[in-house]
Amino acid sequence: MQTPQELRYTKTHEWAKVTPHEIAVGITAHAQEELRDVVYVELPPVGKVLKQGEPAAVVESVKAAFDIYAPVSGTVTRANADVTKSPQLVNTDCYGAGWFFAVQPSQPAEVEGLLTAEAYAKLIAAAAH
Amino acid sequence: MTETANLQRTGLYEAHLALGAKTTPFHGWEMPLYYTSILDEHRSVRSAAGLFDISHMGQVWVSGPDAQAMLDGLVVSDLTQVAEGRACYTMLVNEQGGILDDIIIYRVAAWDYLVIVNCGTRAKDAQWLGTHATSRASVDDISDGRAIIALQGPKSAGLMEAALELHVNPLGRFAAMPLPGWGERAWVSRTGYTGSDGFECFLPDAFARRLWTRLIEGGKAAGLSPAGLGARDTLRLEAGLRLYGTDMDETTTPFEADLGWTVALSKPAFIGKAALSRQKAQGVTRRLVGLVGQGPVPRHGCPIMLEGRDVGVVTSGTYSPMLERPIGFGMVEIAASRPETALQVTVRHRAYPATVVKPPFWRHVPAHTATT
Repeated sequence: MQTPQELRYTKTHEWAKVTPHEIAVGITAHAQEELRDVVYVELPPVGKVLKQGEPAAVVESVKAAFDIYAPVSGTVTRANADVTKSPQLVNTDCYGAGWFFAVQPSQPAEVEGLLTAEAYAKLIAAAAH
Repeated sequence: MTETANLQRTGLYEAHLALGAKTTPFHGWEMPLYYTSILDEHRSVRSAAGLFDISHMGQVWVSGPDAQAMLDGLVVSDLTQVAEGRACYTMLVNEQGGILDDIIIYRVAAWDYLVIVNCGTRAKDAQWLGTHATSRASVDDISDGRAIIALQGPKSAGLMEAALELHVNPLGRFAAMPLPGWGERAWVSRTGYTGSDGFECFLPDAFARRLWTRLIEGGKAAGLSPAGLGARDTLRLEAGLRLYGTDMDETTTPFEADLGWTVALSKPAFIGKAALSRQKAQGVTRRLVGLVGQGPVPRHGCPIMLEGRDVGVVTSGTYSPMLERPIGFGMVEIAASRPETALQVTVRHRAYPATVVKPPFWRHVPAHTATT
């Protein structure tokens, strides 16, 4: 399972890409693999204030709908219109074209509490047994 | 693994694991949900062929000189019109006209009927039929140790003929024939739950395993894919076929389920006739309709509104791979049931537009009539 080194992760299978001005968010390869057939994605509007750990977006597979949680608190700066138009991008390129939204963090220190790639890889390996 | 600990498995379970099936609990059975992807398996059925294990469904054998009369007294359709070698989609109803189950009755011989019942209602149905058994009409649940294999899709006929080494293509829709050499009480019929052309085989487990392997091997080059319950659900919805327990139950009549075409009120007598005759005369107050939506997938239980007023509820919904839009069934007040009525479906506290349509949502267009 792919787990890019430069990203940080949550136990609920979101990834966070930290750059100087914003944090981009998506779901992990493990999550999209479990969901399998993604057919709908609902993103928060730009300007929405998110709180860490609270539902921020919704992803639907053929079978069911799932909440996506904000990895960090902040204000939504961008939402990926491509992924709402073509939800299968979540399955084909979850770390790239299938990203969800970006936030300007209000509590930058929250990033330190997110899982490293190594810790996340261990978490999903443990769950498989 | 604990969630699957006490589940029953079909005779094809090992074959599913070998094909990498992701399984799911379904009415006490551990069944394949998908092998690779629900959407891919759906498209395989529409473009080539999909192979399903539906052995979890019940097989009830009703036999004897009075078998027809006994069954005719319990279902809404006129079984005297069903010839040998033919099948009939119909419903068992209670005295109030409420649907106990939707079933397919195969008349495999003059006095022999194979009744295919839903998995979740198998015990209830077998018991209900059993209470009406006589010395001249026996009822036996013969499901144990037997399988049902469904091959669905436009390439089904050729693949099934090759696997069975039998000329099955002359079978018309809802016709059945015996399968000599494939075990006791083995039949093949041209039926299915997908809206595409296809066949279903009813046979003992050992023969089913042989047939399954032959179809998987023989169908590879033609694009045959094993398909799970996930694709079975999206396919049946796209074809406008109801799911018992989800779209209708004992509180729903055939008229309310928009299945009035199955009801033969001209029959002398059957359980539920009085109630259904009354409802036919008075008209229904609600009806199951097809919905084509926008946005998220409507799910079972989502409220339906007409001009801001609650008028019903979604009974099942999915994403249609062929229409590439959300579709579903809803039970709505009669005022909201006319095709092209603009409704709203509430998903996660937000209203999305949905239009009433007459199912099926997708229809097979035979190649020779398709416009170029």
